[in-house]
Amino acid sequence: MIKDETTIQPNKVKSMQDYLAPAVREIKPSGIRKFFDLVSNSKDDIISLGVGEPDFSTPWHVREAAVYSLERGRTKYTPNSGIPELREAIADYLHTSFKVKYEPSNEVLVTVGGSEAIDLALRALVTPGDEILIPEPCYISYSPITSISGGVPVGIETFAKDQFKLTEKALRDVITPRSKILILCYPSNPTGGIMTYEDWLPIAKVVEENDLIVISDEIYAELTYGQKHVSFAAVPGMKDRTILVSGFSKAFAMTGWRMGYACGHSELISAMTKIHQYTVMCAPVMGQVAAHEALTNGLEEKDRMIESYNQRRRLIVKGFREIGLECHEPQGAFYAFPSIVATGLTSDEFAQKLLFEAKVAAVPGDVFGLGGEGFLRCSYAYSVSQLNEALERIGKFLRKL
Amino acid sequence: MDTLKLKILELMKEDARRSADLIATMLGTAEDEVARAISEMEADKVIVKYATVVNWSKVDDEKVTALIEVQITPERGRGFDAIAERIYLYPEVKSVYLMSGAYDLLVEIEGNSLKQVASFVSNKLSPIDRVLSTKTNFILKKYKQDGIIFEDQADDHRMLVSP
Ligand SMILES: Cc1ncc(COP(=O)(O)O)c(C=O)c1O
Repeated sequence: MIKDETTIQPNKVKSMQDYLAPAVREIKPSGIRKFFDLVSNSKDDIISLGVGEPDFSTPWHVREAAVYSLERGRTKYTPNSGIPELREAIADYLHTSFKVKYEPSNEVLVTVGGSEAIDLALRALVTPGDEILIPEPCYISYSPITSISGGVPVGIETFAKDQFKLTEKALRDVITPRSKILILCYPSNPTGGIMTYEDWLPIAKVVEENDLIVISDEIYAELTYGQKHVSFAAVPGMKDRTILVSGFSKAFAMTGWRMGYACGHSELISAMTKIHQYTVMCAPVMGQVAAHEALTNGLEEKDRMIESYNQRRRLIVKGFREIGLECHEPQGAFYAFPSIVATGLTSDEFAQKLLFEAKVAAVPGDVFGLGGEGFLRCSYAYSVSQLNEALERIGKFLRKL
Repeated sequence: MDTLKLKILELMKEDARRSADLIATMLGTAEDEVARAISEMEADKVIVKYATVVNWSKVDDEKVTALIEVQITPERGRGFDAIAERIYLYPEVKSVYLMSGAYDLLVEIEGNSLKQVASFVSNKLSPIDRVLSTKTNFILKKYKQDGIIFEDQADDHRMLVSP
C-alpha cells in the first residue's frame, strides 16, 4: 500500500551540515579529489602522471614474508607501539642511513602510515589556536589535519628560484608568539625540492630561538638523486624538538600496507602512543611483519627501484625542457614540477585543458598551497614508454595552444 | 666491465629498441658515449644479437621445446667440448649447457612436433659416440623466460590521481 505522504513530516532535522564539527565542516574538498573526479569521469584513453605512489609492486620477498606469517597464524594484536623487532630494525636503519639514533623501546612508534603519525603528532601537541607553520607548496594533508586538531595553519611560500627550499627569512617572516609547530617535508611532495645540511643550519637556529617543535615528514628520505638526504633530526640540537615521521609507502613500494612510524623524544612519543592506543590500538600485524622484512632484506630492491626512478627523472625533466616547459631539477621524491606560467593559463585551466584535449592527467599546482599556482605536478612513477607517450602528447598540446 | 656499460646492458635487456639518445638521457651521460659503448660491446661480442622474446603459445604455432639431459664420456684432451660442439651445430639445438650434477649436458631442442624432436633425439643425438644416455623432458607451458613473465600482467591498479 502506498503511504500517504502528507502524514510524513518533511525536514524535521536541520541540515546535516549543522551537525558537523565546525573544524570539519570548514575543510574544503581537496583539489586532488576534485581532479580525481574529473579524471575518473572521463572515459577516454588517459595517460596519467597524477599518482603519488610507486608503480612497482611491493618486492616479492616482502609479500611472501607476510603470507608466510599469515599461514602460521600470526593474526593478533601487537604491542601498541609495534612489534619490538620492527622498532629495533627502524632504529638501526635510521642510525645507519641518516645518523640519528633512537631508543627502540620508547622513542619509536609504529603507526598506520606516515599519515597517522602526522595526525598523532598534531593531536598530541596542539592547543586550539596554536599556529602551525607549513612551507608550501606541500603535501595536501597538512593544512586540513592541522585545522582538525584545532591548530591554525600558516603557509610559508617557497619559490622555484630557491629550488623550493625553506629560507631563514621566509620562516622568520611568519613567526608570531602563537607559532608552535613547523611541519617540514623534504624531499618534497610536490616540488621534489630537498634541503642540505647547510640549508638546515639557519632554520635550526630559528627553530631554537622561537622554541618551535618540528614535525619532519621524511617519507621520501630514500628517494634522493645526487645528494644523500639530511634528516632535520640529525642537525645538532634538533633531535629532541623533532618528531621524525616516515614510512614504507614510497621507498619500499608499500602504500597499501599502511605502515609508517614516528620517532622522537620519549615523552612526545609516549603522548602520541596514548592516542594511538585508544584509536587504532596498533598497526596491522601483517604490515608490521612485511615492514620488518623490507628493512632487513629489502634494501637492495629499494636501491634498484630508486635507480629506476632516477633514470625516469632525467627523462621527464629533459623532456619538459625540450618541449618548452621550464622545469627546475627535482632532487628528491618522484615528482617533476614544471612551470606552465608561459602559457598564460592558470594551473587549473592548464590541467583541465591538458586532460580534455591531450588526454594527459597531471595535478594542478595550486592544490598544494601557496606558491603552487603556475606549476603542474607530474609523477614520474610510470614506465618509460608511458612517460614518452605523455611527453609527446603534452608537446603536441603546447604547440597547438 | 665499467659500470656505464653494465647500466646500458640492463636498460637494453629491458627493451632492446631503446635508442642511444634515450639511454643517455636516462643515465645522465652523453649520447655519443653511450653509442660508443654500445658499438664496443657489439664488437667485443658482449652484445651478441638483438632478439625478440616471443610467447609462441599466443601464435598459432605448434612448436615444441624439449630439454634433454645428456650423459657423456668426456674425450681425452678436449673434455666435453668436442661433443658439445657436435651437438650445438645442429640447427634444431637452441642451447647447450655443461651442467654439474646428475648429467653432463643440457640440450634445448625446438621442433615442429613431438615426433620431430623424438626422431632428432633417437637418430642424431643418441647415436653420437660417447653419448651414454639421454632423457627427454618436453616443456608443457612457459611461465617465465629470460626474466619475462608470460602470463598477462595485472594492469596499473593505481588511482589516476592521488596525493
Ligand atoms: C609527503 C607525504 N607524507 C605522507 C604521505 C602519506 O604516506 P603514508 O602512506 O605513509 O600514510 C604522503 C603520501 O602521498 C606524502 O606524499
